[in-house]
Amino acid sequence: MRHLHPRAAIRGIGELKPQRRTEGVSTMELLMQVSAEAMADAGIAPDEIDGLLVGPQVGETPQHVPATVAEYFGMMPDMANLVDLGGASGPGMIWRAAAAIAAGQCETVLCVIGNHRNDPPPRSPNRNPAREFDTPFGASGANTSYALLMQAHMAAHGCRPEDYAAIAAGSRGNAQLNPMAIFHGAPASVEDVLASPLVAAPLHLFEIVMPVAGAEAVIVTTAEKAHAGPHRPVQLWGAGEKVTHRAVSQAPSITSGPLKPAIARALGQAGIAVQDIDFLSLYDCYTIMVAATIEDAGLCPPGDFGRWLADNGGMGPEARQPINTHGGQLGFGQPDLAGGMTHVVEAVRQIRGSGGARQIPNCDTALITGNGATMSEAVALVLGGAA
Amino acid sequence: MTVLSDLKVPGPTVTQLSDPFWSAAEAGRLHIQCCQACGRHVFYPRPICPHCWADALVWGDVSGMARLKSFSTIWKPGHPGWRPVAPYVVGLAQLAEGPVMLSHILTGDRAPQVGNSLRFAPTQVGARMLPLFELSQGTETQP
Repeated sequence: MRHLHPRAAIRGIGELKPQRRTEGVSTMELLMQVSAEAMADAGIAPDEIDGLLVGPQVGETPQHVPATVAEYFGMMPDMANLVDLGGASGPGMIWRAAAAIAAGQCETVLCVIGNHRNDPPPRSPNRNPAREFDTPFGASGANTSYALLMQAHMAAHGCRPEDYAAIAAGSRGNAQLNPMAIFHGAPASVEDVLASPLVAAPLHLFEIVMPVAGAEAVIVTTAEKAHAGPHRPVQLWGAGEKVTHRAVSQAPSITSGPLKPAIARALGQAGIAVQDIDFLSLYDCYTIMVAATIEDAGLCPPGDFGRWLADNGGMGPEARQPINTHGGQLGFGQPDLAGGMTHVVEAVRQIRGSGGARQIPNCDTALITGNGATMSEAVALVLGGAA
Repeated sequence: MTVLSDLKVPGPTVTQLSDPFWSAAEAGRLHIQCCQACGRHVFYPRPICPHCWADALVWGDVSGMARLKSFSTIWKPGHPGWRPVAPYVVGLAQLAEGPVMLSHILTGDRAPQVGNSLRFAPTQVGARMLPLFELSQGTETQP
């Protein structure tokens, strides 16, 4: 039994091609370009936007981000906010936009997130527990945290390095079907992944996303207004969110994460079983994240992701349940905190049927996951195409 | 070969609240909070117990016995100051008293395994003594 009365739907999307360097271009410029693209895609004029959700801007606008973006865009929204959930920020914007619409505060929300990549960013200005109690021991950055998660997962379940490497290889494979992807033209086999240098064992270089500049925008509006747009409306059928910790040492579990309850809630709201989802758009900062998410989604028992993925026929558009057809962030590149929104944008493309060479036949439903910090901030969405 | 005491790396950003932990480490002791209301140990330091929210935290030394919950051998450190000693091992030390600390793990010439027994090993890193852990000699892996 599917959710029959969605209150909000996605009418427009925008995505900039990832770049390794932006050579002086500001984040604000990227946000404006991608927003113009999303409004053109939606067939919506700027004065129809009455809600604005933005992401953190590392190193450019530490405070007053919504007002700074609104002023730059020449907009005066009736609802504006910052969503700060790391890689889950993009998916987190989508249900918040729907909630603001349901609350009667606005009708059409622009969700926009991105970042430049100019000079190397300044070292962390954090003065918080993660800085005080991790960094002094030689554990700076996300690589260490996800290596700890992966080592624990391997030890608990006996999974092999090639099981995780298959996720990186599958992502690179999908990137060959996406000319926007940073690794378009650069496939990698399981052997190539395992031959890439160890960065933080057991993580190899190709199991870690490539940092890029980029921006993503999504326009959420009422279900009725979405029907007036030029594309098939992509409705929000269900959402779930969970935040459990910040530093990996404080995680309640290091082999399963907050996506487990978030996905269960999203599927429950949508009234759909995970096995019936047509497209899995799963946050993939590292290979271990996809492995843990396949298991937390209930697609297979803990430790069985490798066998499940093989039975699934890999990750491509021809697979039983295709995964991350845009290449995932492992193949597309990670535009910092906007990386999570690439999974929303790709799901919209697939449900519209505009996936081109990587289109999944008869794609009506998608599960999107977002993940932030050290498997600590989780958002899951179920999107479905309007009948 | 560079040793840990020669490193130029960021130290802890000590606060008034956390000073007893870092000061004790300087003196070679592992000193954390315990809640007198619910009996649970707390790490890192808090003003109020995060388990039961009682204003009843007291400081005390703990055993220094721990279990290796997970670990990673770091080949490319996130901070350049650590490069001279790479590869090195960081890990999650689950204290016998319950809380989990991230720390630097001294492994000697042994390959660590999840579940290994650890022992508190205060060690000079750069300019100051830090609360590190080492693999216990002659102890078996705990389940």
